[in-house]
This record gives sequence, structure tokens and C-alpha cells, in this order.
Amino acid sequence: MPELKEVLRLEGLRKSYNIGQPNEVEVLHGIDLRLDSADFAALVGPSGSGKSTLLNLIGLLDPPTAGELYLDGQPTRAMDDEARTALRGRHIGFVFQFHHLISAFTALENVLMPSMVAHGKPGAEMLDRARELLAAVGLEKFADRRPDQLSGGQQQRVAIARALVTRPSLLLADEPTGNLDTRTAAEVFKLLRQFNARFGCAVLVVTHDPRLAETCDRTIPLVDGQVVSDERAAHAP
Amino acid sequence: MWIESTIALRFLRHGRAQSLLILFGIAVGVAVIVFVVALISGLQSNLIERTLGTQSHIRIEAPREVNRIAPAPPGTVQLLLEDPRPQSLRPIDNWQQVRDVIERLPGVKAVSPVVSGPAFGRRGAAVESVALVGIDLARYLRVIPLQDNLVTGRLEVGSGNGMVGRQLAEDLGLRTGSKLRLDAGDGREAVINVAGIFELGVRELDERYVYVDLKQAQSLLALPGGVTVIDVTVEDVFAADATAARIRGLTGLQAESWMESNAQLMNALSSQSMSTNMISFFVAVSVALGIASVLAVSVAQRTREIGILRAMGTRRRQMLRVFLIQGAVLGLLGSAVGAVAGWSLVVAFNTFGPRLFEIDLQPMLFVAAMALATLAGMGAALVPAWRASRMDPVEAIRHA
Repeated sequence: MPELKEVLRLEGLRKSYNIGQPNEVEVLHGIDLRLDSADFAALVGPSGSGKSTLLNLIGLLDPPTAGELYLDGQPTRAMDDEARTALRGRHIGFVFQFHHLISAFTALENVLMPSMVAHGKPGAEMLDRARELLAAVGLEKFADRRPDQLSGGQQQRVAIARALVTRPSLLLADEPTGNLDTRTAAEVFKLLRQFNARFGCAVLVVTHDPRLAETCDRTIPLVDGQVVSDERAAHAP
Repeated sequence: MWIESTIALRFLRHGRAQSLLILFGIAVGVAVIVFVVALISGLQSNLIERTLGTQSHIRIEAPREVNRIAPAPPGTVQLLLEDPRPQSLRPIDNWQQVRDVIERLPGVKAVSPVVSGPAFGRRGAAVESVALVGIDLARYLRVIPLQDNLVTGRLEVGSGNGMVGRQLAEDLGLRTGSKLRLDAGDGREAVINVAGIFELGVRELDERYVYVDLKQAQSLLALPGGVTVIDVTVEDVFAADATAARIRGLTGLQAESWMESNAQLMNALSSQSMSTNMISFFVAVSVALGIASVLAVSVAQRTREIGILRAMGTRRRQMLRVFLIQGAVLGLLGSAVGAVAGWSLVVAFNTFGPRLFEIDLQPMLFVAAMALATLAGMGAALVPAWRASRMDPVEAIRHA
């Protein structure tokens, strides 16, 4: 197992919307959180609790209003869009609820996309890695298919392979199984676990599904914009 | 740039129906522009060529004779009745020096001194009024290409030889070798041998012109050693105006460019050019608007994919380039097809058209049209591309 190291640290993270207007609202009220490289954590909470907002902040898609967010030890709040985009591309993999592949590209090209966006034309090594990832999600035969020629579960598996191609230190999954049937959902979850163990990348899953959350090592409940407790499951390492 | 162009081309290919439709639109627009511009510039150069086939670019004459009016003493009212002076045939003073000065002016190709005046041409009982033109043949040919207009006989003046217009030859029953008596009044007469018959294609000239040697014309018109006109040809026909002004300033003589003496033609030409430019401009604008609207739709359709690409680390300027490249590619491809179509139209016009004139195919026109369309495509893509690059990834991904 890879050496344990801090991947993400949140210190007093706050997020408000409509700042300076009468309808200003604070969604996150000072969140402290730390994720290590081996963590497989579930972010749970009722809708409206700020899960998506927190995930967007962690994913560097949205800047916090106050507090600091360290990704691989780097403070990020002062960064401009350009720097955040670059950091996001290198360190974070995304899996969304609605798989979201780029329809004009094949499965293999979709997997390669984060690398191509950062480094241009993929080299042989990168191609091998992408093929290997596709094989790991059981889709090596579908490399040249377009997204519309794949089932929902297959598309989500391509999306997972895509999220991992840059060897990110943190994988964020927003309801990754929300759109799938139970059996496929379990398979997708199993894949996430495998990659967590294999690459040592921290995984943070937002989910509604208590059964899935139970299988995670940590459960982070978010209620009204605050982390109420941080439970480490009995089976956690 | 590799990934930006790859994404741009894939997006275009993926939205094939839209891309083909707008390509067709661009091609039609560019074909129209190419054809109209080629047609009008062909027509114009043909008109200019015809006009300048029978006249020099600049015509220099002695200043006109005007009355000098003595200034009235202050405090008095001067009532004037002016009788305009008759313009007698007057030679240009020091024409040899004037010729040498003009010859050294930049942009001047040829200078030809001419002495011309009225006379009667007689053969038997027939009399025609003619314009007697005394020329230095070698110099004159560099101004008016008479060799292209010779119908029969040879180019020769001097030693009692001369050349006459075809209409005049018909009116007086002249053939090559016939004798023509020239009478310039006051008993100055000469008989010339018709060496050649020419046809300039302008009736007035063909029924009046008689070319003789400079010396013979001088003695017939009682202007020994003098010339009445200096014809000038310049390198750039549209610079004739400026050169004429320069000559006026240098010599104090009356110098008129072909543009001034054909003011109506110039007016027609510039109106034509203006309408061509207007047509081109508005066609180009509507093509650009077409590209802009197709790309705007594409940005809206791909909002979610743009969000995903941004989440995966695509920078704003990369996103901007993706759509700028799409605009450029549409402009380039569409105009390439359009240029070929326009070229085919020109060839068809030359082959099956009225055949009054040939349209000259200028490769620069196609290059310019394609470069312009590509730039217009990028310009049109600017707003949609900007919108794509400013999209908030969170909003874009949530977009259903």
C-alpha cells in the first residue's frame, strides 16, 4: 500500500452567495476537513445541506468566500482561474452523476482527454495507460465506440477511467451511481474502491444511498453547511 | 494548439448537418463576391484598355490664350465686357527641353511630340476635312499602338508617305499607293502617298486622322520647328492625374490626364467599384452573421460538454481557441469551395457569355477572398467563443 499522505485539507472554509445583496446567504459555515491518500470517504447529507457546493469548492470549480483549501499541500484560495484550472487538471479527477462524456470523441479519446488538454497529443505511454484503464473497467473492446453507442453503466465506467488517466491524487464523484441500476451501481462502486487501493488516490463520493455510504471507510455527514461528525467505519484500515 | 484544433474539427464533424449548411452558405457568398468582383474589374480594365488604345495618358498643350484684365484703381467700380480670344494654333515653347524634362520624370514611360491641326484632304472632286497629325513614328508608337490597328499597307511616315484612317480611305476612295492632296489653307499644299490604312475603332478618328511626318506637318501648318501637343504615357495609368499635375507645376503648360478628359468614364468606373464593394460588404456581413449564429447555437448545445472540458483542466483561452478555430475553418473551407465555384462562373462567362470581353483571372482575388473569409469567420466566432470561455463550469455542468 502506498505511503499515507495528506491530500486535502480544509480550514474554516465558507461559501456565500449573492454577496452584498439583500438575499446574501451563507451555504457553508466554516468547514474543517482532511483527506489522506488512502481515504475512501462518503459525503452524505440531506439535499440542500451544501454537498454539491462543497464538492465544487474541493474540485476547484468554485472559489471559497473565506477559509483556505490546501490541495497536496498547496494553498489555493489566492489562485486565479488559470492556476486553479491547471491544478484541477493535474490533481483532481471528476466522475459526475450523468457520466458526461464528450459525444464527438470515442471512449478511448474521452479517457485521454484530461491528458490531451494538458499536454497535447498523447504519447505511447499515455495511450498504453488509457488502454490499460479501459481494460481495468472492462471496456477494452469498446475503445473505439462513441458515447452514444455505450450503455449508461459503460459510459460511467469510461468516465471513471477518464478521471484516473492523469493519476490524480483526489477523485471526486458526485452521485456516481445515482443514474444506474443497483447491480451496475455496485460494480461501479467496486471499481472506485479498486482504484483507491491500487493508485492510492483519495476518493470522495457524494451519495444519497446509505447502503453505498456504509461501504465507505469514512462517512462525512454534512448538515446545514456544517460537518456534524466524522465517522470512521469499523472496517476502515 | 493541437488539442484545440482537434476538438474544433470534431465538433464541426459531429454537428455535420449544421456545418454543411453553413459551409454551403459561405461558399455561395464567396462565389458571388469573387464573380462580381472579377466581372466588374474585367469590365473596367476592358473599358480603360479601349479608351487608352486611342489616346495618350497625358496630353500637354500650350496654355490657352486669355485676356489680361488691368486691375482697376481702388475706389472705382469696374464694368467689364470681355470678348474671349480666339485660340490660334500655337506651338509649345522650348518643346525639346520640355520633352527632356518630362522624360526624366519618375513613372513616365514614353513621350511623343506631335503637331496637329486642321486641313482638307482632296482626291479628285472629293473633299474631306481632316486632322493632320505630324508624328515622330518611333516615339508615337510607344504611346498609341498603331501597329495593332493597321488594316493594310505599312507603318510609314516621311519621304512623302502618310497613313490614313479606314473611314477616310473609304470616303475618298483611297488604297495603299494612292495619292492624297492635303490643303492646310493659305496655299500650303502637299501630296502624300498613302502607305498604310489603320482602324482605331473610333469612328471620329478613323474618318479624320491623317498621319504624316513631323516636318511635313510643321511646314503645312506653318509652325516650322514647333509642336502643338506632347503625348505622355505613364507606367501606372491611375497615377496619370498626379503626373499631369506635376507637369503643370514644372512647365506651366496645360497638361490633361486621360482621367480628366474622360471624367464621365471615371465617374462610371468609381460608381461601379462602389456598388461592387457594397455588394461584397453586405454579402460578407451576412456570411459572418451566419457563421456567428451557427457557432452561438453550437456553444448553447455544447454547454455541458464545455463545462466538462473546463472541469478536466481546459483553460479559458483553450476554450476560446476551440471556437475561434471553428470559425476560421468554416471560413476557409467555405471560401475555398466558393472560390472554386466563382472561378467556374468566370470560366463559364468567358466561354458561354456574351463574349464582349474576357475576364482576367487574378489568383490574388481568390487568395484575398479566402483570407478575408477566414478572418471574417474568426471575427464572427469571437462572441460565441468568448461566451464559451467565460462559462462557469459549475453552471455549465448542471445545465440540462
